[in-house]
Amino acid sequence: MPGFAAGAYRPSPGRGTSPGFRFTLYAILAVVLMFVDQRRGWLAEVRYLLSGAAYPLQLAVSSPTEAWRWLEATFATRASLEAENARLEREERTLAMRSQRFEALARENGELRGLREALPDVADHWMVAEVVEVELDSSRRRVLIDRGARNGVFKNQVVMDSHGLLGQTMHVGPWSAEVILITDPEHAVPVEIERTGVRTIAVGTGENQALALPYLPANADVKPGDLLLTSGLGGVFPQGYPVARITDVRRDAVQPSALVRARPLAELDRMHEVMLVWFKGDHPAAPTPASAASSVRKDLPSGDPAYQPQPVPVRPKPAPADAKAPPHPKSNELEAKAAPRPKAVPGAKAAPGAKATLGEKAAPGPKAASTVAAPASPAEGNQ
Amino acid sequence: MVFTALVGLLLTILPLPPWLALLRPAFLVLTVLYWSIAAPRAGGLALGFASGLTLDVFRGAVLGQHALALSTITYVAVREHQKIRSKPAFQQMLIVLGALIVYEFILFAIDGWSGHPMTSPLRWVHAATGALVWPLATALLERTHSRR
Repeated sequence: MPGFAAGAYRPSPGRGTSPGFRFTLYAILAVVLMFVDQRRGWLAEVRYLLSGAAYPLQLAVSSPTEAWRWLEATFATRASLEAENARLEREERTLAMRSQRFEALARENGELRGLREALPDVADHWMVAEVVEVELDSSRRRVLIDRGARNGVFKNQVVMDSHGLLGQTMHVGPWSAEVILITDPEHAVPVEIERTGVRTIAVGTGENQALALPYLPANADVKPGDLLLTSGLGGVFPQGYPVARITDVRRDAVQPSALVRARPLAELDRMHEVMLVWFKGDHPAAPTPASAASSVRKDLPSGDPAYQPQPVPVRPKPAPADAKAPPHPKSNELEAKAAPRPKAVPGAKAAPGAKATLGEKAAPGPKAASTVAAPASPAEGNQ
Repeated sequence: MVFTALVGLLLTILPLPPWLALLRPAFLVLTVLYWSIAAPRAGGLALGFASGLTLDVFRGAVLGQHALALSTITYVAVREHQKIRSKPAFQQMLIVLGALIVYEFILFAIDGWSGHPMTSPLRWVHAATGALVWPLATALLERTHSRR
């Protein structure tokens, strides 16, 4: 801009003070800012306003990509639309088939836990947000989404797609929010291995398609293909959502821990739309009842409650005092989850091997879903 | 000047495929360096600090992190602007490389101090590419004010 360039050679008003002095001032200011932001967290408001100011520019940068996507969608050929339609119909049928037994199993599950009826789903409602195509920090795995505090988004809110967990919100601005993905090297998710119930932590690696599980001992029962679910510990993520699948287990005789890698189920490399989830604050499986409940807003556009990204196994409430044998939580969760998976559509049979390791407390360890009703009846009768 | 800084910022946040994003020079930093050397009185430290703070907001970093790093190299550039200006292009590139490494080192140190360590060696790549595009960047930036 010539106008600015012409002015560039004009002496600035702050000319009188030496540059060294001004540098010291700026450096002190920066250090104070960092200290206040990092240690005290007083700058949350300032950051909120600044990120609101930054958002228009980010949208502008993102707009070419958006426009291209819009063009693609607008000029999609009839054939491709028909193909997509057929695919969606197929998908819908598959999901319907999988969820047929879900209701019945959820009720059965509730009865086993000594509840009169199944707990409602932990997810209260969710909102679709679009990813703003802006580079945040190339060395970290973060994305910007187009929903912010004005839409009811809060810090540490769970973000997922229809396949699994994506991450959580980090900085929330008025109209946008920064999401830290589970693959970010700074991110860690408390998980449990679905097959065995072993709890550990999945840490991001910075790569797009890999999580590391550094805290598993070398003799841990884990093998490629095992599913990782959120364990519900840590207070951010609810229990029982799918996170990743183990891809690689390497055991070194001299190393105390196994080298385990997992691949996230969520499509982290090609995501355009993500889902922000609100959880029921009073639900036993809800992550942080206090903060989640306070920030839930009912008037938001939400998804169809009949459709869940994945079924939510509920955390058990303490069994009635007179119940002699409280059914073990784990074994029930397995059945609740097993229902919609293809491998278990007809009878929801859970692997008996998993039962053996899980049923440490459960005296009448149910062997399979179909036989569950019998051993559970004493508990129910006592109620 | 503000306009070029804005262009630098846009280039910094433009979405790129990951491998290209790693090579992406820190355009805003280069722009600020250029103005500190070519017109030290105009922008100077204020420009460096403001640009750094903008980067903090856009990067989601600790507020003040980029501001401190950028103010530091701006200060050095402003103080030594006459010496740097008189150097041939290749030596200028080396100086810019050094400045970018100092810049990245300050970021690196603050990352570690604030509990967001990022030890990947790939974070240093942009210093080299930044130095490589420096002659091109100066040629382009000169045109923004030599027309007058």
